[in-house]
Amino acid sequence: MASVSYRDATRVYPGSDHAAVSELNLEIADGEFMVLVGPSGSGKSTALRMLAGLEEVTSGSVWIGDQDVTHLPPKDREIAMVFQNYALYPHMTVADNMGFALKMQNVPTEERNARVLEAAKLLGLEDYLDRKPKALSGGQRQRVAMGRAIVREPEVFLMDEPLSNLDAKLRVSTRTQIASLQTRLGITTVYVTHDQIEAMTLGDRVAVLEDGVLQQVDSPIALYDTPHNLFVASFIGSPSMNLLTGPTVEGGVQLGDWVVPVPREVLDRADPVAGVTLGVRPELLTLAEDDRGIAMTVAVVEELGSDSYLYGTPAAGILSSRQESGQLVARIAARRTPQRGDRLRLVVAPSDVHVFDNRSGLRIS
Amino acid sequence: MPRFLSAHPDARLLPLPWGTPLAEWPAEHLVALPRGISRHVVRFIRVGHEVYAAKEVVEHLAMHEYRLLHDLMRLNTPAVEPMGVVTKRISADGEPLDPILITKHLQFSLPYRTLFSKGVRSDTVTRLLDAMVVLLARLHLIGFLWGDVSLSNTLFRRDASDFAAHLVDAETGEFHDQLSRGQREHDLEMARINLFGEFLDLEAGGMLDSALDPQELVETIVTRYRELWHELTGVEEFDGSQMHRIEGRVRRLNALGFDVAELDITTDIDGSTIRIQPKVVDAGHHSRRLMRLTGLDTEENQARRLLNDLDSYRARTGQQNLDESVVAHQWLTECFEPVLHLVPREYASKLEPAQVYHEMLDYRWYRSEAAGHEIPLLEATQGYVRDILSKLPDEELSVVRPPEPGQQRDYLASISAEPDADDLDDVPNFDDGWETGEEEDLPQEYLDMSAIRARAVRRSTPDQ
Repeated sequence: MASVSYRDATRVYPGSDHAAVSELNLEIADGEFMVLVGPSGSGKSTALRMLAGLEEVTSGSVWIGDQDVTHLPPKDREIAMVFQNYALYPHMTVADNMGFALKMQNVPTEERNARVLEAAKLLGLEDYLDRKPKALSGGQRQRVAMGRAIVREPEVFLMDEPLSNLDAKLRVSTRTQIASLQTRLGITTVYVTHDQIEAMTLGDRVAVLEDGVLQQVDSPIALYDTPHNLFVASFIGSPSMNLLTGPTVEGGVQLGDWVVPVPREVLDRADPVAGVTLGVRPELLTLAEDDRGIAMTVAVVEELGSDSYLYGTPAAGILSSRQESGQLVARIAARRTPQRGDRLRLVVAPSDVHVFDNRSGLRIS
Repeated sequence: MPRFLSAHPDARLLPLPWGTPLAEWPAEHLVALPRGISRHVVRFIRVGHEVYAAKEVVEHLAMHEYRLLHDLMRLNTPAVEPMGVVTKRISADGEPLDPILITKHLQFSLPYRTLFSKGVRSDTVTRLLDAMVVLLARLHLIGFLWGDVSLSNTLFRRDASDFAAHLVDAETGEFHDQLSRGQREHDLEMARINLFGEFLDLEAGGMLDSALDPQELVETIVTRYRELWHELTGVEEFDGSQMHRIEGRVRRLNALGFDVAELDITTDIDGSTIRIQPKVVDAGHHSRRLMRLTGLDTEENQARRLLNDLDSYRARTGQQNLDESVVAHQWLTECFEPVLHLVPREYASKLEPAQVYHEMLDYRWYRSEAAGHEIPLLEATQGYVRDILSKLPDEELSVVRPPEPGQQRDYLASISAEPDADDLDDVPNFDDGWETGEEEDLPQEYLDMSAIRARAVRRSTPDQ
């Protein structure tokens, strides 16, 4: 196993004046499960492929352990693209299905058998080694495909949207397998997805990319609790963070007829002309006890177990134009669920408000 | 109601049972053709005289592959023709079903499992691997990264004395402006691993000729690919006095079946050293010429053979000075068509017309050698039909015959017992507990931060 390091790694496609990945600096620790996440065109897949050797690095370098692999061909990089070839061979046993690539590399039989057995134990397949794939369940077949990557004993596992090509049933089992494998093997893994929920659920740390630029790399909790900028704030979380705007006034920010308290020293960090955007997670909004708070008429109530999500439109000008849904959303304990059409007020504790500078988009609270 | 996306819709597809999972389709719609190994359910369906391949696959992959196959067709690359995608399928109990991608079955194609089986000649194997290498190089030239290069994803057709390989699965494919060296190496490595696995599987099933060594076979592919790629794209430097080498390079590429659309030629300041590098090469040098002259659509080597025959016809009839297309028309009406008219209708499914003509020419040559004089064309054709063609199997469609009344069960068994991917279609429904656990449920629409926080706490206190 090994660490992975991107050092100012840049990829510019020929004929393009824009970097697909721009000066990426990212340290992935030995044994870490790192997820690269971002919308389409963010550069996450390109970054993974630079590590895999499928995309050339225009400038900067990529390291695996203490080796600069920037110019090494893919097969010399000690990496394994997991789930790249799923095909199971019907006439071969599970053991041969897992170990055949080692045979091609002329690994001696004894060592081959030992590596296959070890991988099979990790994957709970040791009782099935002599079986043919026909006698395996869908989940077990997926594990055989994973076993192929494990027996090669790579330094790093790479996974490029591994769940997106599976049907719903296999997706459930495969995601669980990936999580278990991470726990059992502790092998350095770089995983790409466009799905922030998948990223947050699987990753030890998550690197958020947009437009080829790394926005933030952090643990899922840190990304959620302290997003560094407006992009991360709105990208991470589902439903996403409410983004609100209003003029800066004495003591805080004016949202309709309510002033959200924001400390003076925070507001002083903002661009005086552009002003600030406030971010509030839906679960941190509560129903007001009095007539202070953001006024909203409930348009949709979505009940979800012990909680309900309320969607509605507040007074004009409060919602940031970045709030794509065009609605404010609040998560409220179900025992107090208001009804559609109700007019209510929502408040947030000042300490739960994220403050961003509108000019730079950066967090200033 | 299912929804059909198609550029050339076939209305006969509409009444098929789209609300039934493909694996459960009634035999009356199916044809038992050999399939490659696939992780999806694949069936061959028959409507009228047409046979289509149907693959059940998640929507974005179905659309992705449909579009890629269209692009490959537009770029004149040997690949199966996409027919359409059926989406919005709902089962009888109201459950959504995955879409189905429909492609045209490639007529006269030969599945690899029969080609590498016992008794295969080693030069046949070489030709098959060469066909695979040419396909890979052609795809790479147009910027197509295949991803899952394998025999299961390839079909072979006879091409005069050689074979032509066609891509049948583009699921993992990607188009790029130009492939990087790493991308080509990746495809080559995938080819090595997948073909090695497929050869071992044939070996395990007792279907690989014992004289063939899987390791040698895959190394051959790598070597041949590198040689071909170097010829197609490599830089050549020579002395200014050897200008004929430019012509030589172009001729060599033509002989390989490629046209040179752009050749980059640079000289040093005093003109003493010339450096050439083909920048744009297009496959199909001979087949394009034959198509232009006669309208016949053939594989590359078949075209080469027919063009040779056309050239010798031109010389034989003393028409070297006449316009080539006029002579081509004469050759078509006086040679090609009369020969094919002599092939009885019941033999039409045995070989493609161009392949029949090619084999007849071979037959004629051997018979003429033996007889010591040239055998007339039509006499040779009658002999070829009698001695050779009548004894060949049908290759248009290697079908298990549809059921006679009362034989339905055998027919169904033959469909499910075919030697290829069938073994993996049926997934036993049992559980060894590995897939069940604390994280069984997929994250749904909402992000469950409390679960993520709980996990973080668990990890930071591993003793508990």
